[in-house]
Amino acid sequence: MKNYFSKNKDTLITLGIVAFAYVIIEIMVKQGAISSLFKGLLVPLCAYVILAVSLNLTVGILGELSLGHAGFMCIGAFTSAFFSKLTVGVINPDWLRFVFAILIGFVFAGLFGFLIGMPVLRLKGDYLAIVTLAFGEIIKNLMNVLYVGRDSKGLHVSIKDAVSLGLEDDGQILINGAQGITGTPKDSTFTAGFILIMISLIIILNFIKSREGRAVMAIRDNVIAAESVGINVTRYKLLAFSLSAALAGVAGVLYSHNLNSLMATTKNFGYNMSIMILVFVVLGGIGSIRGSVISAVILTLLPELLRGLSTYRMLIYAIVLIAMMLFNWAPSARAFRARIIAKLPFGAKKALNEEV
Amino acid sequence: MALINTLLEVDHLSISFGGLRAVDDLNLSIKKGELYGLIGPNGAGKTTAFNLLTGVYKPNEGIIRLDGRNITGLRTIDINKAGIARTFQNIRLFKDLTVLDNVKVGLHNLYHYSTLAAILRLPSYRKVERQMDERAYELLEVFGLKESALLKASQLPYGKQRKLEIARALATNPKLLLLDEPAAGMNPQETKELMETITFIRDKFHLTVLLIEHDMKLVAGICERLTVLNFGRVLAEGPTSEVLKNPEVITAYLGE
Ligand SMILES: Nc1ncnc2c1ncn2[C@@H]1O[C@H](COP(=O)(O)OP(=O)(O)OP(=O)(O)O)[C@@H](O)[C@H]1O
Ligand SMILES: [Mg+2]
Repeated sequence: MKNYFSKNKDTLITLGIVAFAYVIIEIMVKQGAISSLFKGLLVPLCAYVILAVSLNLTVGILGELSLGHAGFMCIGAFTSAFFSKLTVGVINPDWLRFVFAILIGFVFAGLFGFLIGMPVLRLKGDYLAIVTLAFGEIIKNLMNVLYVGRDSKGLHVSIKDAVSLGLEDDGQILINGAQGITGTPKDSTFTAGFILIMISLIIILNFIKSREGRAVMAIRDNVIAAESVGINVTRYKLLAFSLSAALAGVAGVLYSHNLNSLMATTKNFGYNMSIMILVFVVLGGIGSIRGSVISAVILTLLPELLRGLSTYRMLIYAIVLIAMMLFNWAPSARAFRARIIAKLPFGAKKALNEEV
Repeated sequence: MALINTLLEVDHLSISFGGLRAVDDLNLSIKKGELYGLIGPNGAGKTTAFNLLTGVYKPNEGIIRLDGRNITGLRTIDINKAGIARTFQNIRLFKDLTVLDNVKVGLHNLYHYSTLAAILRLPSYRKVERQMDERAYELLEVFGLKESALLKASQLPYGKQRKLEIARALATNPKLLLLDEPAAGMNPQETKELMETITFIRDKFHLTVLLIEHDMKLVAGICERLTVLNFGRVLAEGPTSEVLKNPEVITAYLGE
């Protein structure tokens, strides 16, 4: 048991931090100590955390740059919202339907990750960035022209307009082009978000510490050496990238089941979002899963906390961004931290050294 | 019948880069259990020969047989599975992984459990990981790296990094081990220990070793036979003592 704890210390610390934060926030919510605006932010916050840790799997663990992570979130959001709308009242109870919705978001986003990764990850060179960037934009735009309706004859699809679906009188529009999906059941809660964060963390952290995770990091560190010891490079790149995409899909499910009307805009599923997640990952420390969690939380909540200071809000935000970057990456800051760590007792030293 | 004792058989192997024939009509025949040296001046084509043997480059001509099996043109990973492992002249470790994990990556294809078993930490995961740890520590011990197991590979001093590369290659359980200048950058004391280690692992793991080396003391000390390359071509081959007395070989080395 003691051995078990010491071997999994980093994972347990990371999970502990998240659980602790969850309990504190829950208590504050129960006591009414949190503004409604803040409360509304909790589910998206959970989605951002999942997005950040899953992107770190691609960027930090696999060592590939993805600029279209929001595209996979978009796939997860729309496929699951569509599913929930279709099955509301059919699958009971609601939580079971939500579990299926999560699986659907996971599978479809992962499938797209696989399909995109398959040709691109075979190439030597940084093609993934450009292809994922294009993918994110294409998916977002596609969602803006997609119409799907249902009537007694079944499903109808069009990419022109709602009229060309040719629905009968009893027909119902499920996906309405730029207006997206309205009336998705509001299954997402802060608790659901918390559970999904924990599951995502367990998946990623346990994956990293497995033989396949080691293969992925070996590829990141040296492709030629990895091949020389028999590691199938394409296979493990694909595995890590698909898993990363699938978890972004889960974030999308959480996000879409928190909204009355789901639309694909530049802000939520476009380039802006992808870059924002990348900023979380970079500032939290590339390859540091715990860092991604913390930076996603700070950088999401900060603008809201600073709302009172209206004019200075963005200024302070920028200063915090720069400070975090300096703290995490500047050589002198790293040396300083190394000196501090060297003074700690051995156990703590190891925990910090090996933190992933 | 001679073939049965031959592990590596290379026939008329050639590759050109543009107009440069980096390896030109190389023939090699290495017996099982042999400690064989590949030497030659800088740019002679030694590393390129290793890259051909391990499938990093595909030859323009020629055939490579390992234990009677034609492995010409196979992918690097399949050649490793067939039984060839190597180290690199310019060290290529997984620098952000621990020393232990570097070796465990080498064990990758010999131990298995499913992705799901890893994520759910099923008993199969724990059992196999424990076996991998045991095996990896055994290998690290051979190279005196056990105490450094939890350091990052990049934190090791140069000499130990070279040893770790050998340990990682050995982890794949090869029949043939290719060492590209294993003593480069080592002091005489370290080189001497390395020579002992190479002979030791050859016997312990029933290996055949083909090594590239500039340190003539090491070559004369442990290699049973040699092939000398010069401008991509074989200049001389045979038992070490004879080859090193060959006037052409001496001129090639002094001439550079
Ligand atoms: N990928 C490549 N493209 C073009 N030329 C190459 C390539 N690889 C090797 N060469 C050339 O082939 C020749 C042989 O190089 P190689 O690295 O095999 O020499 P070497 O015998 O290992 O030398 P050293 O003792 O310096 O390591 C050199 O002239 C080198 O420039
Ligand atoms: Mg060389």
